[in-house]
This record gives sequence, structure tokens and C-alpha cells, in this order.
Amino acid sequence: MLNSKIPEGNLADKWDNYKEHVKLVNPANRKKLDVIVVGTGLAGASCAASLGELGYNVKSFCFQDSPRRAHSVAAQGGVNAAKNYKNDGDSVFRMFSDTIKGGDFRSREANVYRLAECSANLIDQAVAQGVPFAREYSGYLNNRSFGGVQVSRTFYARGQTGQQLLLGAYQALMRQVGANKVKTYSRHEMLDLVVIDGKAKGIITRDLVTGEIERHAANAVVLASGGYGKVYYLSTLAMGCNTSAIWRAHKKGAYMSGVSWIQFHPTCLPQSGEHQSKLTLMSESLRNDGRIWVPKKAHDERKPNEIPEEERDYYLERRYPTFGNLAPRDISSRVAKERIDAGCGVGVMKNAVFLDFSKAIKEQGKEKIKEKYSNLFKMYDKINAVNAYEEPMLISPAAHFTMGGLWVDYELMTTIPGLFALGEANFADHGANRLGANSLLQASVDGYFIAPYSIPNYLAGELKAEKITTDHPAFVEAEQTVKEQLQQFLNINGHLSADHFHKTLGKLLYDGCGLSRSRESLEKAIVSIKALRDQFYKELKITGDHTVNSELEKAGRVADYLDLGILMCEDALSREESCGAHFREEYQTPDGEALRNDEDYCYVSAWEWKGVNTVHELHKEPLVFENVSLTVRSYK
Amino acid sequence: MKIYLKIWRQDSPAAPGAMKNYELDDVSADMSFLEMMDLLNESLIQKSERVVEFDHDCREGICGQCGMMINGRAHGPLSHTTTCQLHMRSFKDGDTIYIEPFRAAAFPIVRDLKVDRSSFDKIIQAGGYISAATGETPEANGILISHPIAEAAFDAAACIGCGACVATCKNSSADLFTSAKITQLALLPQGQVERTERVIAMVGRMDAEGFGHCTNMEACEVECPQEISVLHIARMNYEYNKALIISD
Repeated sequence: MLNSKIPEGNLADKWDNYKEHVKLVNPANRKKLDVIVVGTGLAGASCAASLGELGYNVKSFCFQDSPRRAHSVAAQGGVNAAKNYKNDGDSVFRMFSDTIKGGDFRSREANVYRLAECSANLIDQAVAQGVPFAREYSGYLNNRSFGGVQVSRTFYARGQTGQQLLLGAYQALMRQVGANKVKTYSRHEMLDLVVIDGKAKGIITRDLVTGEIERHAANAVVLASGGYGKVYYLSTLAMGCNTSAIWRAHKKGAYMSGVSWIQFHPTCLPQSGEHQSKLTLMSESLRNDGRIWVPKKAHDERKPNEIPEEERDYYLERRYPTFGNLAPRDISSRVAKERIDAGCGVGVMKNAVFLDFSKAIKEQGKEKIKEKYSNLFKMYDKINAVNAYEEPMLISPAAHFTMGGLWVDYELMTTIPGLFALGEANFADHGANRLGANSLLQASVDGYFIAPYSIPNYLAGELKAEKITTDHPAFVEAEQTVKEQLQQFLNINGHLSADHFHKTLGKLLYDGCGLSRSRESLEKAIVSIKALRDQFYKELKITGDHTVNSELEKAGRVADYLDLGILMCEDALSREESCGAHFREEYQTPDGEALRNDEDYCYVSAWEWKGVNTVHELHKEPLVFENVSLTVRSYK
Repeated sequence: MKIYLKIWRQDSPAAPGAMKNYELDDVSADMSFLEMMDLLNESLIQKSERVVEFDHDCREGICGQCGMMINGRAHGPLSHTTTCQLHMRSFKDGDTIYIEPFRAAAFPIVRDLKVDRSSFDKIIQAGGYISAATGETPEANGILISHPIAEAAFDAAACIGCGACVATCKNSSADLFTSAKITQLALLPQGQVERTERVIAMVGRMDAEGFGHCTNMEACEVECPQEISVLHIARMNYEYNKALIISD
């Protein structure tokens, strides 16, 4: 039975109650306890640094060449905090209710409230670390607004907020490495979780340079390995982002939740051809000044500046007058797809819409726009060879953030005791849609402020447990499984590359389980992905050897993506309603809005692995709303 | 278009390396440079050959993981551009492109075009941080920072740690990288307390890692994807000399 361990008391008191009653570990005992942290993004680096600072022995793992490369680095727009610096009516409760509503009432009240509550501290923490947030001329911090809200609560560091926050966390981590409290293992990939007597006790890793398979034991394991949006191949994610750490844990007993809730980001650069390996994100902050439109007439071949004002359809302003161009991401993305499907798409592949700054430039001057977004305009020019000060940008929705992930309770512990999941690797906080500027926040809050309470609470109970060594049969067995799988990949010797399978899977998912889904599209996708998986194990080809081998790395990740893709479709199939990013075509209002079904689906799905060719078992965590009423989400 | 490639192949740090020739027929001008490399690797797999290993991840110009010498220039022919943001429209049909790893004694080769840049992490470990403990930090607006100072600190903080500055420097100096972090933290009020020990420790570690000295050729600034200014190097030298006087 799922126990979310929500503390007693009023919503506003729950986190304080928890902290006041949490078990502590004596400082002298902390160095006897080992913690493994997988991933060095905002969640992983902040968690490893914080636990190292407390005195635990921490091992930190990442597959990149340096912890500083984790994909948190790429988040551009900003990080939310209920500081109310603008005196525009913001508060913890308002941020909580915006986020609950933004997530389409599919997230836990207590988690979301805590996120809003801790947000103010995060800004304090980051500023203390020297993160150079934007400032007013008075010296005070500046804010801007983001999609889905009507207050200015987003803090930013030009268009590189993720980079700057991550460098803050990375520097905190490096400080602990220098002090010998944390040991880092770069170019290492976690390939299995070791579970002993039902508890997480270690991991198996592959050294991506020597190829050596290593065993690492610990009293607790933290997965902060990010999201799995790269399952679509074309996505805004880094090439190496993958699901393997959480998927291997899932196969060892950790439940996966909300798997089909994938955010499609509305402001990405469109695909321009078959060669493409990724889609580049343009910060959503551009929507503060950019107006989104398409030609009213389908298949209009004129250049944007030749289309007169009255023949342009500012569809977001038309359909959602209250929020306009700042409508939440799921809505903005879906309406863009609808216009594109109606033949109004623009660009070479007719897969884009315009993001137009001409009005803002006329009103504010080019210099002001330059100051706010110059790096984004430069990036746009580099990739497309187009000057966006003179003609509109082309943008298109793309697979981005995964709201789904490992199921965790209020303590961020999975269904395997001793296994924690932080940041995008867990399902918590965002519900069926994530509001902009909440991802950096959640990752940081999980690592800096929640894990340093909840992990020691678990560790306090482990002090007297028998010390596990890596000689334990469970380690031997897990290592053997990993070695056999790698050898299997090398032995197939077919004729198709891992990328081929990844790209094919991505297309199947975009069509079957993408921006909109239907029973028919999902059932079709499941059959196709299963066939693709069979083909993968017969026709994969990997060249090279056991040591540095990027093809071998890809093969393992694609193998996991194939299994995950099937579960995504099954999750989407089981939810016969539309909510947030999950738009089932059968369930919509007459004017094309998502039609939620709170009667039957107000729960978080939690899927239990039952074996490769066996159907997952669905567990449900009912969602209870005591502080907000489940209203229809309207941005009109 | 048709492209001829000459690529450095090296099995391991100890093995001898050599340039090898490859040809690609169907390169599109819209491809990024790394997508061209993907195309090459796909063709190598079809020929049962080992792929060319190279580092890359975000492909958005921000993670700093990609980087190779392209026709003798770090990150290729464009200034202030990462390898992943370089597109094949910068080349013409029939071009021959020389591709080599970033070379420096402090960046040992891992395989082919992959190099080990962990010496950069070690420089940061020596003091490239503010020792702020997690938890009860002061109210953010309690530390006022003027707009120009915040912007100047940001200009320095923008470094992505790719190592192009080192690779392009004839002395393999890491001065641009190290000085950017020194400047960021020295400009901010939060960074004042540890200012002296920070610069001494970081410069010391930089030397110990085997990076060379700066001789003011300013090539690093030209190649830096983030246009980090060489003026930070002057500031670092100033901070270092001042620190030596104070600490004595």
C-alpha cells in the first residue's frame, strides 16, 4: 500500500512539523554513514554538497566529464520564488495555488505548498553563493513574469539562470570535494541498483573510460539523474540525458508514476531536416515581449513581414485574452500544434509558428530588447542565420520536461526504503504540467532543503544495521547481470545502429504518445514499440570494444527507453481523461479544451514492474484537495 | 555537399595517434558540425569500424563539454562559438577539414577527440567558491549589488569551462578560465571575505596542474564562446599581487 507520509497539521504547518520531529544523527556518527548520489545537476550537486557539509561520506556520480556539465546548465529563463518583491500580490499561498492549478490538480497539496514555502530560501541561498541574479539600478533583485501566472516572481540571470544556479551548486560541491567530504566519480554511469533485504544498499557502475564494472555500497542511494524526455530522440535535452538510473531502480522494485506526463515546450527551434539530433530551446521569457501568430490563411507562402496585420492570427491572444502569450506551456504547445495541423504552420517543414518582437521593439526600443534577450537573439542567428530583430523567430513545440518519474513519498523516498529520488527523476510537485521556472526550483529545493532532513531521518534508523560490503551476493549478482547485458549488446552484431532505434522510437512516440493521444494512437504505438524492441535485440550493431565506447553507452540507454516507451503509452491509455500535458482526443470540451475527470482519475498512477513481457501492475495514490477546490483550469 | 575529413585517431593515452582520412558525400549546410560527425559515425558503423569518440552533450552551446580543434582553431572557424553551434554552412563543397583534440599537457587525451579536463575542477576545488553553508543564509535583498556590478560579475560568471582558451594558447595557459572565476567572486560583496586566500590557492593549483603562463597574446578571448575578456587576467594578477602583500 502506498503511504505518502504527509505530516499532520494545517497545510502551512506541515513542513515545520516534519522538521521539528525528524530524527537526527549525532555528528560523530555521520562519518560512519555512506550516501551515494547519482547525478550532479541542481538536485544531485546540492544534495551531495549539503550532505557532505553535514559530515556524511558522500560519493557523487555523473556520466559527463565534469559535474558542471549536468543538463540543469541549459535552463534559461529563471527560477520562481514567492518573495513578493514587486508588491504585486504574491504570497506562498498564491504560488501554491498557481502551481496546483498549473499542474491541473494532479499533484500533492503538501508537496506543492512546501515547494512554494522553500522558494524564498533558495534565492537567499543562491545569492549567498554568489549567483549573479539580475538587479535593479537600486541594487535590489529584479523579477519578471512567466507563463501561467500573473505576478512577477521569476528571478533570472540573463538567459542563463540554470547555468548560474548550477555553478553555485557545483562550486558548493567542489568545496566539499576539496575538503575530502565528497568523492566525485565523473565519466561513470550507474547501471544497476543493489537491493538487500528490501533496502537500497548500493549501485553498480561502469567506468566509461576503462570500461571497468564497479561495485559501490552505501547506507542510502539518491537518484538525481534527471528526466527522460530524450526518449523522443528529438527533444530539448542534452544527448546523454537518459532514463537508465531510474529505470534500473524501477526494475528492482521502485514504482514509476505519471509516466506519460511529458511537457512539450512551446518555444523551441523547429526541426529543419532529417539529420537533426536535437531541438534547441529558446527561453520562455521571450513570451513576455514576443507575440505569437500564424497567417490566417492556410498555406500562406508570403514572408512574415509581407503579411499585413489583419491577415495575422494572434491565436493565443484571441483564445486566451487574460493570459494571452503567457498561457501555460501545455496550452500554448497544443494550440500551436492545432494551428500547424490546420495548415497554418510556417517555415521549411511547415511545422512552426512566429514569435514576433516588432511591437515590443517599436514600444521599448531595440536596445531594451537587446538588454533582456541579446544572447537568445544571437543564438537564434547562429543556428538559423536569421536576424530576429528584423523578422519574427520561428518556434515550435518540442519534448522537454518529464513530470513523471519515480514515485516518492513526502520524504522523497521511493517504494524501496533507502532509495531517494530528487528533482526531475521523481514525479512529485508538478502534476500533469509544469509551470515555467519551477524546475530549477524543485531540483534545488529537493537537494538543498528537503534531502538534508529526510535522508538523515532514514539514516538514523540504519546506524545499528549490519554493515554491508560489496562482497555480498546481491552485489555479485547485480554485477553479473550488468556484464551479461553489455556482452549481449556487443554480441548481437546486426546491422543497425543504436541511434537508428532511438530515432525510430522517438517518431513512434511523437505520433502515438505526443502532444495529443488517443486510444487508437496509443494501442498502435505499443504494438510498434514491442516490434522495434524485438528488432533491437536481433539487429543492433555496435563497433568498438569494452573501453571508451559511446555506442555501447547508447545501446544500454536505448534498451531502457524501449521498455519505458511502452509504459508511457500504457500509462496514457489507462488515464481516460485529459489533464495538463496529457491530452486524450476523446476527452475534450466542445471548444477544444482539456476535459478532466476528477471522479475517476484524481490519482497518481504508480506502476510496479512485473517482468519484461508481463503487464505492469497499477497502484493508485488518491489525491486529496483540502485547501483548493478542483476547478476547471481556465486561462481565458 | 562533399566533405573530406582528416581526423586524429588515438586508441588510448599511451597509444600513438595519427590523422586518418574520411569522406562524406551528403552533408547538408543546415547540419551542425556535430551532426556531421554523427553522420560520419553512422557510416563507420556500417563499415564495422570503431566510431570517432568526441565529447558533447547539450548541443546548445552552454554545457561546455564539446570542443575540438577544427582547421587549427579551437571550436572552428567562427569566433565566440562552441563546436556544437558551428554549422556546416560555414564550409563549402569539397572542403578538407582537419579535426584534432584540444591539446595541453593538463588535458590528457582519453581517446580520439575526448580529453580529460578534470584539472579545471581541481582549480575550482582550490577555492573557486563562496563558503556559504546550506540553510539559514541571509535575506537576499539584504546584500545590495548595483546593476553594473551584477552585470560585470555575470560577464565573468558566464564561462562554460570548455577549455578552448587553454587549447588555443601557445603556452596552454588556464589564466582566462581561472581569472573569470576570480573576477566574478571578487566583484561581489559575498566574495570579499575569502578574496585573498582564494586567489592564492587557485593560482597555485593552476600552476600545479601543469598549465603554462600567460604571455598576453589574447588568443583566448578570440576563441572564447562566451567572449570572456582578457581584462579579467589583469584583474587576477592585480588580486594575486595584492594578496601576496596582504598575506605576508
